[in-house]
Amino acid sequence: MTKNVEVVITGLGATTPLGGDVPTTWDALLAGRSGVAPLTEDWVERFDLPVRIAARLAVEPTDVLPRVEARRLDRAEQVALIASRQAWEDAGLTEDSVDKERLAVVIGTGIGGVTTLLDYDDLLESSGVRKVTPLIVPMLMPNGPAAHVGLEFKARAGVHAPVSACASGAEALAWAYRMIRDGEADVVVAGGAEASIAAITMAGFAQARTMSTRNDAPQQASRPFDTGRDGFVLGEGAGIVVLERADFAAARGARVYAKLAGIGTSADGHHITAADPEGLGQGRAVAAALRTAGLSGSDVNHVNCHATSTPVGDVIEPRAIRRAVGDHPVLTAPKGSLGHLLGAAGAVESIITVLSIRDGVLPQTLNLEEQDPAVDFDVVSGEPRKMEVTAAVNNSFGFGGHNVALAFTPA
Amino acid sequence: MSNEDIQKGLAEIVEEVAGVAADDVTTEKSFVDDLDIDSLSMVEIAVQAEDKFGVKIPDDELANLKTVGDAVNYISANA
Repeated sequence: MTKNVEVVITGLGATTPLGGDVPTTWDALLAGRSGVAPLTEDWVERFDLPVRIAARLAVEPTDVLPRVEARRLDRAEQVALIASRQAWEDAGLTEDSVDKERLAVVIGTGIGGVTTLLDYDDLLESSGVRKVTPLIVPMLMPNGPAAHVGLEFKARAGVHAPVSACASGAEALAWAYRMIRDGEADVVVAGGAEASIAAITMAGFAQARTMSTRNDAPQQASRPFDTGRDGFVLGEGAGIVVLERADFAAARGARVYAKLAGIGTSADGHHITAADPEGLGQGRAVAAALRTAGLSGSDVNHVNCHATSTPVGDVIEPRAIRRAVGDHPVLTAPKGSLGHLLGAAGAVESIITVLSIRDGVLPQTLNLEEQDPAVDFDVVSGEPRKMEVTAAVNNSFGFGGHNVALAFTPA
Repeated sequence: MSNEDIQKGLAEIVEEVAGVAADDVTTEKSFVDDLDIDSLSMVEIAVQAEDKFGVKIPDDELANLKTVGDAVNYISANA
């Protein structure tokens, strides 16, 4: 029966504002480093942008990829490919490990190839149609990261690209879970990729009053759950995991990091950008993740929060956690260090959750100095905390009212 | 411009666009079968060749340029 299928995580890959791979990202997170820095692009001055900071990648993708490969890819596709190759190798997969018709790829993005679109629109205006690359459509399409990774591994069970803003990366893992559970694939390469730091996105998020304007102190700007928080910091990067049916992984002798024990998705049906103030939709997603995992609230002792450092959002999520899990789990919010990786956030933070389970340590919430009294939980701050994780939930929520919760348990 | 110069210039474009070593871009090679260049990259190569050599390469002519030698001869005759 498919309901007894277990889904395990066997490979991790990432490139983030904290490091060019998973080990450097994890080490930097535990060391309390921030990936946020002043933007140096000329458009910051030219448009007099109110927000002048962002969490750029620690390692430029063009320093990793061969030149010709890089020039055919949008930046979001570049990071997806880099992280996917890491995850594939980390899982010990080779050409012959899995029947390609049982291999799938699910990689989401929030915004897709926006920098390619903007650059070529400028070129079209200045130099005419002949200067527009014939590769532009596969570069800017939001399924581009998934499609390129699918080609890389010749995945033929399906290649999908969930698009649900800041929940896209987590939704990709949920989709992968369903494919394995429903018998559509044995191995799925899944995650999220985002590279949308541009004048127009910076202007738009700033106009929506959702971003931190702490320009004079970039490394203190992202401060989830802190009373001084004033918005999120835009970041970029990719996180990719390899998920497998547990018996398939066991048969090939794969190392298992953790189980993706259950998934929950819901929609708020409330407002295009604002979350339901009571966190009802978020709570339903968390409850569904526990239900599909066969866990009760008391089993869960850790939640890796979506908390983006916005004044409004950070107090809603705790209400949802309290309702669906209880008031006992220990929380952390990695966006204090990473910034907000939009469509990659849920995937990168799932990797962090998995490493917390593996290592028995929860990273601190960077810049959490004075906890908002409305967040009545034990939140890790100051330094990492050693704790054996029995079951953990990773939350991701996106503009549009998308909610995704993923429940992880030890291998 | 000699055919040799055209070939050298074309080889530089092919290396830039498709990553094929310039030394491998010899007259008898087929763009598709030998150099593994897809139709999208051929469009990029044609646009760059137009700029470099001051020549027009309409789509119906581009379709006839199967080998590097075909392209060199076309550019030589039309530049």
